[in-house]
Amino acid sequence: MTRHLYVHLPFCAHRCGYCDFVTVVGRKAQHDAYVDALLAELALECELLAPDVETIFLGGGTPTFTALHALERLLVGLPSAEEVTVEANPETVTQELARMLRGLGVNRVSLGVQSFQPRLLTVLDRVAQPDTVRRAFYHLRDAGFDNISFDLIYGIPGQSPADLESDLGEALALGPEHLSCYELEAKPGTRFTYEHGEGLVRQADAMESYFELVVATLTGNGYRWYETANFCREGDRDLRSRHNLAYWLGRDYLGLGIGAVSTIEGRRWRNTPRLRAYVEQLEARELPAREHEPLPVDVQLRERVMLGLRLDEPLSVDGLGDVIDLSALERLERLGLAVRSNGSLALTARGRMLGGGVTADLLA
Amino acid sequence: MTQDRIRNFSIIAHIDHGKSTLADRILELTHAVSSREMREQVLDTMDLERERGITIKAQAVRVDWKGHQLNLIDTPGHVDFTYEVSRSLQACEGALLVVDAAQGTQAQTLANAYLAIENNLEIVPVVNKIDLPQADPDAAAAELADLIGDDPEHVLRISAKTGAGVEDVLDAIVERVPPPAGDADAPARALIFDSSYDQYRGVVAFVRVVDGRFSTREPLRAMALGTRFEAEELGFFSPTRSATRTLDAGEVGYVITGLKDVSRLRVGDTLTSESRPAAEPLPGYKEVKPMVFAGLFPTDSDDYPELRDALERLKLNDAALFYEPETSQALGFGFRCGFLGLLHMEIVRERLEREFDLDLLVTAPNVAYRVKPPNEDWREVHTPSDMPNEIEEVEEPYIKASIIVPKEFVGVVMELNNDRRGRFDHLEYLSEERVHLTYELPLAEIVLDYYDQLKSRTRGYASFDYDVIGFRPGKLVRVDVLVGGESVDALSLIIHRDSAYDRGRALVERLQKEIPRQHFDVAIQAAIGARVIARETVKARRKDVLAKCYGGDITRKRKLLERQKAGKKRMKQVGMVEVPQEAFLAVLNLDAEKK
Repeated sequence: MTRHLYVHLPFCAHRCGYCDFVTVVGRKAQHDAYVDALLAELALECELLAPDVETIFLGGGTPTFTALHALERLLVGLPSAEEVTVEANPETVTQELARMLRGLGVNRVSLGVQSFQPRLLTVLDRVAQPDTVRRAFYHLRDAGFDNISFDLIYGIPGQSPADLESDLGEALALGPEHLSCYELEAKPGTRFTYEHGEGLVRQADAMESYFELVVATLTGNGYRWYETANFCREGDRDLRSRHNLAYWLGRDYLGLGIGAVSTIEGRRWRNTPRLRAYVEQLEARELPAREHEPLPVDVQLRERVMLGLRLDEPLSVDGLGDVIDLSALERLERLGLAVRSNGSLALTARGRMLGGGVTADLLA
Repeated sequence: MTQDRIRNFSIIAHIDHGKSTLADRILELTHAVSSREMREQVLDTMDLERERGITIKAQAVRVDWKGHQLNLIDTPGHVDFTYEVSRSLQACEGALLVVDAAQGTQAQTLANAYLAIENNLEIVPVVNKIDLPQADPDAAAAELADLIGDDPEHVLRISAKTGAGVEDVLDAIVERVPPPAGDADAPARALIFDSSYDQYRGVVAFVRVVDGRFSTREPLRAMALGTRFEAEELGFFSPTRSATRTLDAGEVGYVITGLKDVSRLRVGDTLTSESRPAAEPLPGYKEVKPMVFAGLFPTDSDDYPELRDALERLKLNDAALFYEPETSQALGFGFRCGFLGLLHMEIVRERLEREFDLDLLVTAPNVAYRVKPPNEDWREVHTPSDMPNEIEEVEEPYIKASIIVPKEFVGVVMELNNDRRGRFDHLEYLSEERVHLTYELPLAEIVLDYYDQLKSRTRGYASFDYDVIGFRPGKLVRVDVLVGGESVDALSLIIHRDSAYDRGRALVERLQKEIPRQHFDVAIQAAIGARVIARETVKARRKDVLAKCYGGDITRKRKLLERQKAGKKRMKQVGMVEVPQEAFLAVLNLDAEKK
């Protein structure tokens, strides 16, 4: 039984060059059928879901590109939850949409901002312009959203440190509750890598300091660097993404929709990424085709370490002894990258900057 | 057979000048082998020898010719085996000196001819391959006659390939080579000129009986090493093994000893009878010492036991091969091996890879050094990391290099030798076109790529041979490489002071490129003692994170991390620094690539 539900809405107006998610361009006609299929999968799997769901996350694709009535039907059909997040692209956020989301129990929106520079947005194939972002943000605020997150991308080809500072400044000026900052990855097989991959390699060294700049700027402006790529405003409310925290704390989650991954009780599966097959199988009230991955205990423990060390809170090493290399840990401590204290393990700020390599070192 | 009916001889020739073909023809003519069963080059038994055209191990074959017993003692054809060649020659009274009618005298021919002259052998000069269209038998004969101080008319002209003139060669052996002159009644003495190892019968010694008589089942003793054994079987090759009851003065044959350790019977030692031992051994025995050393490591560390077994087995047949376990930070467990020279090293390596199917990493070779630390005795050092920090004196092996080139290449050869700390010794014209140059050089200067350089600068025309002439003092220093402050054993090198700075610089620059960035700055230094002569830094990484990690990413990110982890595991830990094995190899091969 899990209290965390992910729902994948793959539809997009177009595919951005850097994206390697499971997305489906256009196909307005299929939105209804897809939502039916999602609700059917939910019905088939309902015994995996606890009665009191804590978080729901609608990710994409562009969930807010989904036909409004279809999205509405979906939200009505989902259980209620303490935190319900929807990802949105700025150009899709109208007053009407904002009100509808708020009215149907959504209380958190993650806005795909990426950058405030028109030039860089073009490189990323993004449609929204800086003003579109601001308008979307105000529509959401007007509709009563008091928990808004921005996605920002840094390391865009042609982005200078001044560009990045300016992006961070523009974002801070709006005062979102939460920020996710990702370095642009040239993922193999994407159009973007084909067009810009060499440029990224060329500027890789120059961009090494960008991550430091992001962390320094945001923490300097009252944000908590609570996960490798995530920041939330400090204050009375805990504004961390509760849904994503569930992943990082190694909790179970159920994922619905094409390409969605679930992890429940030591089993992980991934739904077929093929829209038609998914819809047809669920029309027949059958579970969609899935790729199963068994998770032996030691793999689960490794994942606990890998995910736990992304957080700013110390990781309890209780029961993790077998998967941690103690001599490596000592070495990392001497290098000032990791700290141990009564049964828990944390990375220092520099250790977190090097989190990937440090984690690889630590794992036995 | 009485001694006056016996002739013992060997064939001296440069590679490809036709030694093996001539031997084959002799066996055929004397009906030792019928044409039908004639396999080309009967004497060279190992595949490798056949392929490389090199004879690694000497053997002896007995043939009959016009009422005489002729023993053909095959000599190893290369400089690394000079000692074995000299033992083989000592077992003979005469030698055929064979020269290619198209190519003339080569450096190796010279070296072995001098060796034969030193051993007081009767030399029968032969110009071979007169059937070749580009042959110039007159010129070759003139050169040859000049070399040994003989009349050009005396030089036999043959074609071992067609058989033309080969009977004359056999007649000349009978006529010109003196019979053995040992004392048939004296206490028995036999020279061991070669040995091999048989899996079932143990060590087989090839001997030339000088005095007296040896009999089967007789208790024997090797005089220098004191090894005692019983002659399980005596015999000779013709060319297949034929057992016999006795071996008499003047004869050549084999002794099956039953010994299980080849190192207990050394080439050059004298066998005598336990019941009536000789007072004095035959002269000339010396212990051969390896001069060139290199580390041999299995590419896959799991293959270490296979490498150990393979070396043990090779050693059974190759008393000159030396090895001892070596542990390197960089390359793990392996062996430091000592070789007589470069060709010996190459042959051992090839046999390990070919016959034992091993995948090997071979470090850059170095020579043996003699070192005297303050207040201590002289000692020999085989690996740079064993070189003490405090050195009062150090000596390195020197060679006398003998090079024959067409005269237009004299300049480039001199230049190469000067670059390699060579000292000019002698120059003479062998003919109007060809020059014989001798130089004294540190052996260390030729172990890496000297021969390749010589060949390429002379467009392949140079022939080269060398002889180790002893140890001499050198201005040598040990250059250490420090990674993150820790000295890396596998990268230490001993080098002449004048090249230390350049080499140190090159090493450090190369390592900087090969070592991936770490969690901290890594200093890479080259140092002589405490003095740093070159330094580079691998800057610390500032960022190394997997950007996003949500529910759908976990498996993929975990696999990425596992791959990163596996990559780290393949690295060698030098202090806190992770160094990929490739980095060590790149540096070890620095010289080979640079030039």
